[in-house]
Amino acid sequence: MTVPAIEVRGACKRYGDLRALDGVDLDVEGGEFFGLLGPNGAGKTTLISALAGLVRADAGSLKVMGHDVVSDYRNARRQLGVVPQELVFDPFFTVREALRIQSGYFGIRRNDDWIDEILGHLDLTAKADTNMRSLSGGMKRRVLVAQALVHRPPVIVLDEPTAGVDVELRQGLWQFVRRLNRDGHTVILTTHYLEEAETLCTRIAMLKSGRVVALDTTENLLARFATHTLRVRLASPLAADLGAVRQERGWLEFALERYDEVEGMLRRLREAGGEIVEMQLGEPDLETVFVGVMRA
Amino acid sequence: MTGFSTLLYKEVLRFWKVSFQTVGAPVLTAVLYLMIFSHVLEEHVEVFAGVSYTSFLVPGLIMMSVLQNAFANSSSSLIQSKITGNLVFVLLPPISYREFYAAYVLASVLRGLFVGLGVGVAALPFVELSPPAPLWILVFALTGGAMLGSLGVVAGIWAEKFDQLAGFQNFLIMPLTMLSGVFYSIRSLPEFWQAISHFNPFFYMIDGFRYGFFGQSDVSPWASLGVVVVCLALVAGLTLNMLSRGYKLRG
Repeated sequence: MTVPAIEVRGACKRYGDLRALDGVDLDVEGGEFFGLLGPNGAGKTTLISALAGLVRADAGSLKVMGHDVVSDYRNARRQLGVVPQELVFDPFFTVREALRIQSGYFGIRRNDDWIDEILGHLDLTAKADTNMRSLSGGMKRRVLVAQALVHRPPVIVLDEPTAGVDVELRQGLWQFVRRLNRDGHTVILTTHYLEEAETLCTRIAMLKSGRVVALDTTENLLARFATHTLRVRLASPLAADLGAVRQERGWLEFALERYDEVEGMLRRLREAGGEIVEMQLGEPDLETVFVGVMRA
Repeated sequence: MTGFSTLLYKEVLRFWKVSFQTVGAPVLTAVLYLMIFSHVLEEHVEVFAGVSYTSFLVPGLIMMSVLQNAFANSSSSLIQSKITGNLVFVLLPPISYREFYAAYVLASVLRGLFVGLGVGVAALPFVELSPPAPLWILVFALTGGAMLGSLGVVAGIWAEKFDQLAGFQNFLIMPLTMLSGVFYSIRSLPEFWQAISHFNPFFYMIDGFRYGFFGQSDVSPWASLGVVVVCLALVAGLTLNMLSRGYKLRG
Protein backbone atom coordinates (compact mmCIF):
# COMPACT_ATOMS: atom_id res chain seq x y z
CA MET A 1 0.00 0.00 0.00
CA THR A 2 1.40 3.38 -0.90
CA VAL A 3 1.38 6.27 1.55
CA PRO A 4 -0.81 9.17 0.47
CA ALA A 5 1.07 12.40 -0.26
CA ILE A 6 -1.27 14.25 2.05
CA GLU A 7 -3.46 12.75 4.74
CA VAL A 8 -5.73 15.01 6.77
CA ARG A 9 -8.01 13.60 9.46
CA GLY A 10 -10.49 15.66 11.43
CA ALA A 11 -8.46 18.86 11.22
CA CYS A 12 -9.97 21.68 13.26
CA LYS A 13 -8.75 25.20 13.79
CA ARG A 14 -10.62 28.01 15.51
CA TYR A 15 -9.82 31.68 15.71
CA GLY A 16 -12.10 32.89 18.46
CA ASP A 17 -15.61 32.16 17.20
CA LEU A 18 -14.51 31.54 13.65
CA ARG A 19 -14.05 27.92 12.64
CA ALA A 20 -11.37 28.21 9.99
CA LEU A 21 -11.18 24.40 9.74
CA ASP A 22 -14.16 22.44 10.94
CA GLY A 23 -13.26 18.76 10.76
CA VAL A 24 -11.47 18.45 7.42
CA ASP A 25 -10.75 14.96 6.08
CA LEU A 26 -8.73 14.78 2.91
CA ASP A 27 -6.36 12.43 1.11
CA VAL A 28 -4.20 13.42 -1.81
CA GLU A 29 -2.46 10.56 -3.58
CA GLY A 30 1.10 10.71 -4.82
CA GLY A 31 1.38 12.20 -8.33
CA GLU A 32 -1.98 13.94 -8.30
CA PHE A 33 -2.59 17.47 -9.54
CA PHE A 34 -5.03 18.46 -6.86
CA GLY A 35 -7.15 21.60 -6.67
CA LEU A 36 -8.29 23.20 -3.45
CA LEU A 37 -11.07 25.64 -4.19
CA GLY A 38 -13.37 27.78 -2.13
CA PRO A 39 -14.37 31.38 -1.57
CA ASN A 40 -12.24 33.74 0.52
CA GLY A 41 -12.24 32.66 4.14
CA ALA A 42 -13.21 29.06 3.34
CA GLY A 43 -10.08 27.74 5.07
CA LYS A 44 -7.81 26.98 2.11
CA THR A 45 -4.84 28.94 3.39
CA THR A 46 -5.39 27.73 6.95
CA LEU A 47 -5.31 24.14 5.72
CA ILE A 48 -2.11 24.76 3.77
CA SER A 49 -0.57 26.58 6.73
CA ALA A 50 -1.42 23.68 9.01
CA LEU A 51 0.22 21.26 6.58
CA ALA A 52 3.30 23.47 6.46
CA GLY A 53 3.50 23.87 10.23
CA LEU A 54 2.83 27.61 10.07
CA VAL A 55 -0.37 27.08 12.04
CA ARG A 56 -1.11 24.45 14.64
CA ALA A 57 -4.39 22.63 14.27
CA ASP A 58 -6.46 22.47 17.47
CA ALA A 59 -7.51 18.91 16.75
CA GLY A 60 -7.00 16.18 14.18
CA SER A 61 -3.88 15.00 12.42
CA LEU A 62 -2.11 16.07 9.25
CA LYS A 63 0.55 14.03 7.49
CA VAL A 64 2.82 14.72 4.54
CA MET A 65 4.12 11.55 2.86
CA GLY A 66 3.19 9.69 6.05
CA HIS A 67 5.05 12.07 8.38
CA ASP A 68 3.02 13.84 11.04
CA VAL A 69 3.43 17.61 10.71
CA VAL A 70 3.82 18.04 14.48
CA SER A 71 5.52 14.97 15.94
CA ASP A 72 7.70 14.32 12.87
CA TYR A 73 7.88 17.88 11.57
CA ARG A 74 11.42 17.62 10.25
CA ASN A 75 10.59 14.86 7.78
CA ALA A 76 7.18 16.33 7.00
CA ARG A 77 8.69 19.71 6.07
CA ARG A 78 11.42 18.12 3.95
CA GLN A 79 8.71 16.56 1.81
CA LEU A 80 6.83 19.80 1.29
CA GLY A 81 7.52 22.85 -0.85
CA VAL A 82 5.18 25.78 -0.27
CA VAL A 83 4.75 28.80 -2.52
CA PRO A 84 3.13 31.33 -0.21
CA GLN A 85 0.26 33.51 -1.33
CA GLU A 86 1.82 36.83 -0.34
CA LEU A 87 4.64 38.23 -2.40
CA VAL A 88 7.31 38.08 0.30
CA PHE A 89 11.05 38.47 -0.12
CA ASP A 90 14.17 39.26 1.87
CA PRO A 91 15.50 42.62 0.66
CA PHE A 92 19.03 41.96 1.91
CA PHE A 93 19.91 39.28 -0.63
CA THR A 94 20.30 38.54 -4.30
CA VAL A 95 18.26 35.81 -5.98
CA ARG A 96 21.13 33.32 -5.80
CA GLU A 97 21.91 34.17 -2.18
CA ALA A 98 18.26 33.71 -1.24
CA LEU A 99 18.19 30.29 -2.94
CA ARG A 100 21.46 29.17 -1.38
CA ILE A 101 20.27 30.23 2.05
CA GLN A 102 16.95 28.45 1.54
CA SER A 103 18.84 25.28 0.55
CA GLY A 104 20.92 25.55 3.70
CA TYR A 105 17.80 25.79 5.86
CA PHE A 106 16.82 22.41 4.45
CA GLY A 107 20.25 21.00 5.24
CA ILE A 108 21.63 21.13 1.71
CA ARG A 109 25.08 22.68 1.45
CA ARG A 110 26.14 22.64 -2.20
CA ASN A 111 23.07 23.01 -4.33
CA ASP A 112 24.22 25.24 -7.19
CA ASP A 113 23.62 22.71 -9.96
CA TRP A 114 19.98 22.33 -8.99
CA ILE A 115 19.61 26.06 -8.30
CA ASP A 116 20.90 26.80 -11.82
CA GLU A 117 18.44 24.32 -13.25
CA ILE A 118 15.49 25.87 -11.44
CA LEU A 119 16.63 29.37 -12.43
CA GLY A 120 16.78 28.21 -16.04
CA HIS A 121 13.29 26.72 -15.99
CA LEU A 122 11.83 29.84 -14.43
CA ASP A 123 13.66 32.22 -16.78
CA LEU A 124 15.58 33.73 -13.91
CA THR A 125 19.16 32.97 -14.96
CA ALA A 126 19.81 36.57 -16.01
CA LYS A 127 18.53 37.80 -12.66
CA ALA A 128 20.57 35.44 -10.47
CA ASP A 129 22.80 38.18 -9.09
CA THR A 130 20.15 40.88 -8.87
CA ASN A 131 19.00 42.03 -5.47
CA MET A 132 15.49 40.86 -4.59
CA ARG A 133 14.42 44.48 -4.05
CA SER A 134 15.03 45.37 -7.71
CA LEU A 135 12.88 42.58 -9.17
CA SER A 136 9.43 43.14 -10.63
CA GLY A 137 6.43 41.52 -8.96
CA GLY A 138 6.32 38.71 -11.52
CA MET A 139 10.01 37.98 -11.03
CA LYS A 140 9.59 37.92 -7.25
CA ARG A 141 6.76 35.44 -7.71
CA ARG A 142 9.06 33.18 -9.74
CA VAL A 143 11.73 33.37 -7.03
CA LEU A 144 9.09 32.26 -4.51
CA VAL A 145 8.46 29.21 -6.68
CA ALA A 146 12.20 28.58 -6.92
CA GLN A 147 12.56 28.87 -3.13
CA ALA A 148 9.87 26.25 -2.64
CA LEU A 149 11.75 23.83 -4.89
CA VAL A 150 15.35 24.06 -3.62
CA HIS A 151 15.02 20.86 -1.59
CA ARG A 152 13.30 18.90 -4.38
CA PRO A 153 10.13 18.26 -2.39
CA PRO A 154 7.86 15.45 -3.63
CA VAL A 155 4.80 17.52 -2.65
CA ILE A 156 4.41 21.08 -3.91
CA VAL A 157 1.75 23.46 -2.65
CA LEU A 158 0.93 26.58 -4.60
CA ASP A 159 -1.30 29.02 -2.74
CA GLU A 160 -2.88 31.26 -5.38
CA PRO A 161 0.31 31.55 -7.38
CA THR A 162 -1.22 33.43 -10.29
CA ALA A 163 -3.00 36.20 -8.40
CA GLY A 164 -2.03 39.41 -10.15
CA VAL A 165 0.34 37.70 -12.56
CA ASP A 166 0.43 38.55 -16.26
CA VAL A 167 -0.68 36.05 -18.89
CA GLU A 168 2.79 35.20 -20.17
CA LEU A 169 4.16 34.40 -16.73
CA ARG A 170 1.03 32.49 -15.83
CA GLN A 171 1.38 30.25 -18.84
CA GLY A 172 5.11 29.77 -18.28
CA LEU A 173 4.45 28.91 -14.67
CA TRP A 174 1.80 26.33 -15.52
CA GLN A 175 4.03 24.76 -18.12
CA PHE A 176 6.73 24.35 -15.48
CA VAL A 177 4.38 23.09 -12.78
CA ARG A 178 2.83 20.59 -15.22
CA ARG A 179 6.30 19.33 -15.99
CA LEU A 180 7.02 18.88 -12.29
CA ASN A 181 3.78 16.96 -12.01
CA ARG A 182 4.72 14.75 -14.97
CA ASP A 183 8.07 14.09 -13.29
CA GLY A 184 6.16 12.62 -10.35
CA HIS A 185 5.67 15.58 -8.01
CA THR A 186 2.33 15.86 -6.29
CA VAL A 187 0.92 19.34 -6.86
CA ILE A 188 -1.71 21.00 -4.70
CA LEU A 189 -3.11 24.23 -6.02
CA THR A 190 -5.44 26.84 -4.65
CA THR A 191 -6.71 29.41 -7.08
CA HIS A 192 -9.56 31.76 -7.74
CA TYR A 193 -9.27 31.21 -11.47
CA LEU A 194 -11.64 28.30 -11.91
CA GLU A 195 -10.77 27.73 -15.54
CA GLU A 196 -7.18 27.18 -14.40
CA ALA A 197 -8.23 24.54 -11.91
CA GLU A 198 -10.46 22.95 -14.54
CA THR A 199 -7.69 22.51 -17.08
CA LEU A 200 -4.91 21.57 -14.66
CA CYS A 201 -6.37 19.58 -11.78
CA THR A 202 -7.30 15.94 -11.98
CA ARG A 203 -9.15 16.05 -8.68
CA ILE A 204 -10.74 18.89 -6.77
CA ALA A 205 -11.87 19.59 -3.22
CA MET A 206 -14.18 22.50 -2.53
CA LEU A 207 -14.09 24.08 0.89
CA LYS A 208 -16.77 26.19 2.49
CA SER A 209 -16.68 27.54 6.04
CA GLY A 210 -13.87 25.18 7.00
CA ARG A 211 -15.53 22.04 5.62
CA VAL A 212 -15.01 19.95 2.51
CA VAL A 213 -18.29 20.29 0.63
CA ALA A 214 -17.28 18.55 -2.59
CA LEU A 215 -14.47 16.15 -3.38
CA ASP A 216 -14.19 14.30 -6.66
CA THR A 217 -12.34 14.09 -9.94
CA THR A 218 -12.75 17.20 -12.05
CA GLU A 219 -14.54 15.10 -14.67
CA ASN A 220 -17.09 13.72 -12.22
CA LEU A 221 -17.72 17.12 -10.68
CA LEU A 222 -18.41 18.57 -14.10
CA ALA A 223 -20.66 15.67 -15.02
CA ARG A 224 -22.50 15.70 -11.71
CA PHE A 225 -23.20 19.36 -11.21
CA ALA A 226 -22.83 21.16 -14.48
CA THR A 227 -25.06 21.18 -17.50
CA HIS A 228 -24.59 22.04 -21.16
CA THR A 229 -26.32 25.18 -22.21
CA LEU A 230 -27.93 26.06 -25.48
CA ARG A 231 -28.49 29.77 -26.06
CA VAL A 232 -30.45 31.03 -29.02
CA ARG A 233 -31.56 34.45 -30.22
CA LEU A 234 -34.80 34.37 -32.14
CA ALA A 235 -36.11 36.70 -34.80
CA SER A 236 -39.35 37.16 -32.86
CA PRO A 237 -40.55 36.12 -29.38
CA LEU A 238 -42.08 32.66 -28.96
CA ALA A 239 -45.65 32.18 -27.87
CA ALA A 240 -45.04 28.78 -26.29
CA ASP A 241 -42.97 28.09 -23.18
CA LEU A 242 -40.26 25.57 -24.01
CA GLY A 243 -38.73 25.59 -20.53
CA ALA A 244 -35.97 28.16 -20.93
CA VAL A 245 -33.94 28.61 -17.75
CA ARG A 246 -33.08 32.18 -18.57
CA GLN A 247 -34.42 34.84 -20.88
CA GLU A 248 -32.72 38.14 -21.50
CA ARG A 249 -32.41 40.64 -24.36
CA GLY A 250 -33.91 38.33 -26.92
CA TRP A 251 -31.75 35.36 -25.88
CA LEU A 252 -33.25 32.14 -24.54
CA GLU A 253 -31.12 29.74 -22.55
CA PHE A 254 -31.87 26.05 -22.20
CA ALA A 255 -30.15 23.61 -19.84
CA LEU A 256 -29.28 20.25 -21.36
CA GLU A 257 -27.94 17.11 -19.72
CA ARG A 258 -26.07 15.86 -22.76
CA TYR A 259 -25.14 17.06 -26.25
CA ASP A 260 -27.49 14.61 -27.95
CA GLU A 261 -30.41 16.60 -26.56
CA VAL A 262 -29.46 19.56 -28.78
CA GLU A 263 -31.12 18.18 -31.85
CA GLY A 264 -34.44 17.57 -30.11
CA MET A 265 -34.39 21.05 -28.64
CA LEU A 266 -33.77 22.68 -32.00
CA ARG A 267 -36.64 20.68 -33.51
CA ARG A 268 -39.03 21.81 -30.78
CA LEU A 269 -37.95 25.41 -31.36
CA ARG A 270 -38.66 25.09 -35.09
CA GLU A 271 -42.03 23.47 -34.42
CA ALA A 272 -42.95 26.34 -32.11
CA GLY A 273 -42.26 28.74 -34.96
CA GLY A 274 -38.98 30.11 -33.68
CA GLU A 275 -36.53 31.43 -36.24
CA ILE A 276 -32.96 31.23 -34.94
CA VAL A 277 -30.80 34.27 -35.68
CA GLU A 278 -27.81 33.39 -33.47
CA MET A 279 -26.85 30.33 -31.47
CA GLN A 280 -24.30 29.46 -28.79
CA LEU A 281 -23.49 26.11 -27.23
CA GLY A 282 -21.88 26.21 -23.77
CA GLU A 283 -19.86 23.40 -22.24
CA PRO A 284 -20.20 22.58 -18.57
CA ASP A 285 -17.65 24.58 -16.61
CA LEU A 286 -16.27 24.52 -13.11
CA GLU A 287 -17.71 27.90 -12.36
CA THR A 288 -21.23 26.52 -12.65
CA VAL A 289 -20.23 23.61 -10.42
CA PHE A 290 -18.61 25.98 -7.95
CA VAL A 291 -21.61 28.29 -7.74
CA GLY A 292 -23.93 25.29 -7.42
CA VAL A 293 -21.90 23.67 -4.65
CA MET A 294 -21.47 26.89 -2.70
CA ARG A 295 -25.20 27.66 -2.85
CA ALA A 296 -26.18 24.19 -1.68
CA MET B 1 23.34 21.47 11.90
CA THR B 2 23.32 22.93 8.38
CA GLY B 3 19.96 24.56 9.09
CA PHE B 4 21.33 26.25 12.20
CA SER B 5 24.62 27.33 10.61
CA THR B 6 22.81 28.70 7.55
CA LEU B 7 20.42 30.72 9.71
CA LEU B 8 23.39 32.03 11.70
CA TYR B 9 25.21 32.90 8.47
CA LYS B 10 22.11 34.65 7.12
CA GLU B 11 21.67 36.66 10.31
CA VAL B 12 25.33 37.74 10.33
CA LEU B 13 25.22 38.56 6.60
CA ARG B 14 22.09 40.60 7.22
CA PHE B 15 23.76 43.03 9.62
CA TRP B 16 27.09 42.88 7.83
CA LYS B 17 25.57 44.04 4.55
CA VAL B 18 24.39 47.20 6.31
CA SER B 19 27.37 47.45 8.69
CA PHE B 20 27.55 51.18 8.19
CA GLN B 21 24.32 51.44 10.19
CA THR B 22 24.62 48.38 12.37
CA VAL B 23 28.27 48.65 13.42
CA GLY B 24 29.56 52.04 12.27
CA ALA B 25 26.76 54.17 13.71
CA PRO B 26 26.83 52.73 17.25
CA VAL B 27 30.64 53.04 17.33
CA LEU B 28 30.31 56.72 16.43
CA THR B 29 27.66 57.23 19.13
CA ALA B 30 29.91 55.67 21.77
CA VAL B 31 32.87 57.79 20.67
CA LEU B 32 30.73 60.94 20.97
CA TYR B 33 29.75 59.94 24.51
CA LEU B 34 33.41 59.32 25.25
CA MET B 35 34.58 62.68 23.94
CA ILE B 36 31.86 64.71 25.65
CA PHE B 37 31.80 63.00 29.04
CA SER B 38 35.55 62.72 29.33
CA HIS B 39 35.93 66.40 28.40
CA VAL B 40 33.42 67.48 31.03
CA LEU B 41 34.31 65.09 33.83
CA GLU B 42 37.97 64.10 33.43
CA GLU B 43 39.21 66.79 35.87
CA HIS B 44 36.43 66.31 38.42
CA VAL B 45 35.86 62.61 38.95
CA GLU B 46 38.10 59.80 40.06
CA VAL B 47 36.14 56.61 40.55
CA PHE B 48 38.80 54.00 41.21
CA ALA B 49 42.16 54.89 42.79
CA GLY B 50 44.74 55.53 40.08
CA VAL B 51 42.22 55.23 37.23
CA SER B 52 41.33 58.33 35.19
CA TYR B 53 37.66 59.03 34.46
CA THR B 54 38.14 58.45 30.74
CA SER B 55 39.77 55.08 31.37
CA PHE B 56 36.92 54.21 33.72
CA LEU B 57 34.34 55.25 31.16
CA VAL B 58 35.67 53.29 28.17
CA PRO B 59 34.86 49.72 29.37
CA GLY B 60 31.36 50.85 30.39
CA LEU B 61 30.77 52.34 26.94
CA ILE B 62 32.08 49.20 25.24
CA MET B 63 29.79 46.97 27.29
CA MET B 64 26.81 49.29 26.83
CA SER B 65 27.37 49.09 23.06
CA VAL B 66 27.66 45.29 23.21
CA LEU B 67 24.39 45.01 25.11
CA GLN B 68 22.36 47.52 23.13
CA ASN B 69 23.46 46.15 19.78
CA ALA B 70 22.90 42.54 20.76
CA PHE B 71 19.34 43.51 21.63
CA ALA B 72 18.91 45.60 18.50
CA ASN B 73 20.09 42.80 16.22
CA SER B 74 17.69 40.00 17.06
CA SER B 75 14.75 42.31 17.78
CA SER B 76 15.00 44.34 14.58
CA SER B 77 15.70 41.30 12.41
CA LEU B 78 12.65 39.48 13.75
CA ILE B 79 10.24 42.38 13.57
CA GLN B 80 11.33 43.23 10.03
CA SER B 81 10.89 39.63 8.95
CA LYS B 82 7.52 39.46 10.65
CA ILE B 83 6.22 42.67 9.15
CA THR B 84 7.51 42.01 5.65
CA GLY B 85 6.38 38.39 5.92
CA ASN B 86 9.67 36.81 4.94
CA LEU B 87 9.94 35.02 8.30
CA VAL B 88 8.01 32.30 6.49
CA PHE B 89 11.28 31.27 4.80
CA VAL B 90 12.65 30.34 8.22
CA LEU B 91 9.42 28.81 9.51
CA LEU B 92 8.84 26.44 6.56
CA PRO B 93 12.13 24.51 6.74
CA PRO B 94 12.88 21.74 9.27
CA ILE B 95 14.67 24.05 11.73
CA SER B 96 13.96 23.29 15.39
CA TYR B 97 13.06 26.06 17.81
CA ARG B 98 16.34 25.47 19.66
CA GLU B 99 18.33 25.97 16.45
CA PHE B 100 16.24 29.05 15.70
CA TYR B 101 17.00 30.44 19.17
CA ALA B 102 20.73 29.62 19.03
CA ALA B 103 21.18 31.19 15.59
CA TYR B 104 19.42 34.46 16.43
CA VAL B 105 21.15 34.83 19.80
CA LEU B 106 24.61 33.94 18.50
CA ALA B 107 24.30 36.40 15.61
CA SER B 108 23.27 39.06 18.14
CA VAL B 109 26.29 38.29 20.32
CA LEU B 110 28.54 38.58 17.25
CA ARG B 111 27.07 41.95 16.32
CA GLY B 112 27.56 43.09 19.93
CA LEU B 113 31.18 41.90 19.89
CA PHE B 114 31.88 43.64 16.56
CA VAL B 115 30.51 46.93 17.85
CA GLY B 116 32.27 46.51 21.21
CA LEU B 117 35.55 45.84 19.45
CA GLY B 118 34.96 48.88 17.23
CA VAL B 119 34.36 51.10 20.27
CA GLY B 120 37.48 49.69 21.94
CA VAL B 121 39.63 50.40 18.90
CA ALA B 122 38.14 53.88 18.49
CA ALA B 123 38.92 54.61 22.15
CA LEU B 124 42.61 53.73 21.80
CA PRO B 125 43.69 57.33 20.96
CA PHE B 126 42.06 58.47 24.22
CA VAL B 127 43.17 55.80 26.69
CA GLU B 128 45.65 53.04 27.17
CA LEU B 129 43.96 49.64 27.52
CA SER B 130 45.97 46.85 29.11
CA PRO B 131 43.41 44.73 30.89
CA PRO B 132 44.76 42.53 33.69
CA ALA B 133 41.94 39.97 33.47
CA PRO B 134 40.85 39.65 29.80
CA LEU B 135 39.00 36.40 30.41
CA TRP B 136 36.43 38.22 32.55
CA ILE B 137 35.94 40.70 29.73
CA LEU B 138 35.13 37.90 27.33
CA VAL B 139 32.92 36.03 29.80
CA PHE B 140 30.76 39.08 30.54
CA ALA B 141 30.62 40.19 26.91
CA LEU B 142 29.37 36.73 25.91
CA THR B 143 26.87 36.18 28.73
CA GLY B 144 25.61 39.78 28.69
CA GLY B 145 25.37 39.79 24.89
CA ALA B 146 23.51 36.45 24.97
CA MET B 147 21.03 37.75 27.53
CA LEU B 148 20.29 40.88 25.50
CA GLY B 149 20.18 38.91 22.24
CA SER B 150 17.65 36.64 23.92
CA LEU B 151 15.61 39.59 25.19
CA GLY B 152 15.71 40.89 21.62
CA VAL B 153 14.14 37.63 20.43
CA VAL B 154 11.39 38.03 23.03
CA ALA B 155 10.76 41.65 22.05
CA GLY B 156 10.91 40.91 18.32
CA ILE B 157 8.36 38.11 18.65
CA TRP B 158 6.09 39.96 21.06
CA ALA B 159 6.00 43.29 19.21
CA GLU B 160 3.58 43.57 16.33
CA LYS B 161 4.54 47.06 15.27
CA PHE B 162 7.77 49.00 15.14
CA ASP B 163 6.59 51.46 17.81
CA GLN B 164 5.93 48.62 20.26
CA LEU B 165 9.50 47.48 19.75
CA ALA B 166 10.75 51.05 20.13
CA GLY B 167 8.81 51.25 23.41
CA PHE B 168 10.53 48.10 24.69
CA GLN B 169 13.89 49.56 23.68
CA ASN B 170 13.36 53.13 24.93
CA PHE B 171 11.52 52.43 28.16
CA LEU B 172 13.23 49.25 29.33
CA ILE B 173 16.58 48.58 27.69
CA MET B 174 17.83 52.19 27.49
CA PRO B 175 17.10 53.20 31.12
CA LEU B 176 18.46 49.94 32.49
CA THR B 177 21.72 50.33 30.55
CA MET B 178 22.11 54.06 31.20
CA LEU B 179 21.47 53.58 34.95
CA SER B 180 23.77 50.60 35.26
CA GLY B 181 26.92 52.51 36.19
CA VAL B 182 28.33 53.06 32.73
CA PHE B 183 29.06 56.72 33.46
CA TYR B 184 29.63 56.52 37.22
CA SER B 185 30.37 54.11 40.03
CA ILE B 186 27.25 53.33 42.00
CA ARG B 187 29.30 54.01 45.16
CA SER B 188 28.99 57.68 44.33
CA LEU B 189 25.19 57.41 44.56
CA PRO B 190 23.05 58.07 47.65
CA GLU B 191 22.40 54.88 49.61
CA PHE B 192 18.83 54.53 48.35
CA TRP B 193 19.86 54.61 44.71
CA GLN B 194 22.77 52.28 45.41
CA ALA B 195 20.31 49.76 46.81
CA ILE B 196 18.03 50.20 43.79
CA SER B 197 20.96 49.73 41.41
CA HIS B 198 21.62 46.32 42.91
CA PHE B 199 18.33 45.15 41.45
CA ASN B 200 19.45 46.12 37.96
CA PRO B 201 21.01 43.10 36.24
CA PHE B 202 22.75 45.42 33.77
CA PHE B 203 24.76 46.84 36.66
CA TYR B 204 26.38 43.44 37.23
CA MET B 205 27.20 43.04 33.54
CA ILE B 206 28.93 46.42 33.40
CA ASP B 207 30.65 45.98 36.75
CA GLY B 208 31.94 42.49 35.97
CA PHE B 209 33.05 43.56 32.49
CA ARG B 210 34.91 46.53 33.96
CA TYR B 211 36.66 44.25 36.49
CA GLY B 212 38.48 42.69 33.56
CA PHE B 213 39.99 46.08 32.67
CA PHE B 214 41.08 47.25 36.12
CA GLY B 215 41.00 44.30 38.49
CA GLN B 216 38.68 46.52 40.59
CA SER B 217 34.91 46.61 40.77
CA ASP B 218 31.98 47.54 42.99
CA VAL B 219 31.08 43.92 43.67
CA SER B 220 33.02 40.66 43.21
CA PRO B 221 33.06 39.49 39.56
CA TRP B 222 31.99 36.05 40.74
CA ALA B 223 28.88 37.49 42.35
CA SER B 224 28.20 39.49 39.16
CA LEU B 225 28.67 36.40 37.04
CA GLY B 226 26.24 34.53 39.27
CA VAL B 227 23.57 37.20 38.78
CA VAL B 228 24.14 37.42 35.02
CA VAL B 229 24.05 33.66 34.55
CA VAL B 230 20.82 33.33 36.53
CA CYS B 231 19.23 36.18 34.54
CA LEU B 232 20.42 34.67 31.27
CA ALA B 233 18.99 31.30 32.25
CA LEU B 234 15.63 32.89 33.11
CA VAL B 235 15.42 34.89 29.88
CA ALA B 236 16.61 31.93 27.80
CA GLY B 237 14.02 29.70 29.49
CA LEU B 238 11.28 32.22 28.74
CA THR B 239 12.38 32.65 25.13
CA LEU B 240 12.66 28.91 24.48
CA ASN B 241 9.25 28.40 26.01
CA MET B 242 7.74 31.05 23.72
CA LEU B 243 9.42 29.51 20.69
CA SER B 244 8.43 25.94 21.54
CA ARG B 245 4.79 27.02 21.81
CA GLY B 246 5.07 28.91 18.55
CA TYR B 247 3.86 32.05 20.36
CA LYS B 248 2.87 34.63 17.73
CA LEU B 249 4.90 32.76 15.12
CA ARG B 250 2.93 29.60 14.43
CA GLY B 251 -0.70 30.75 15.04
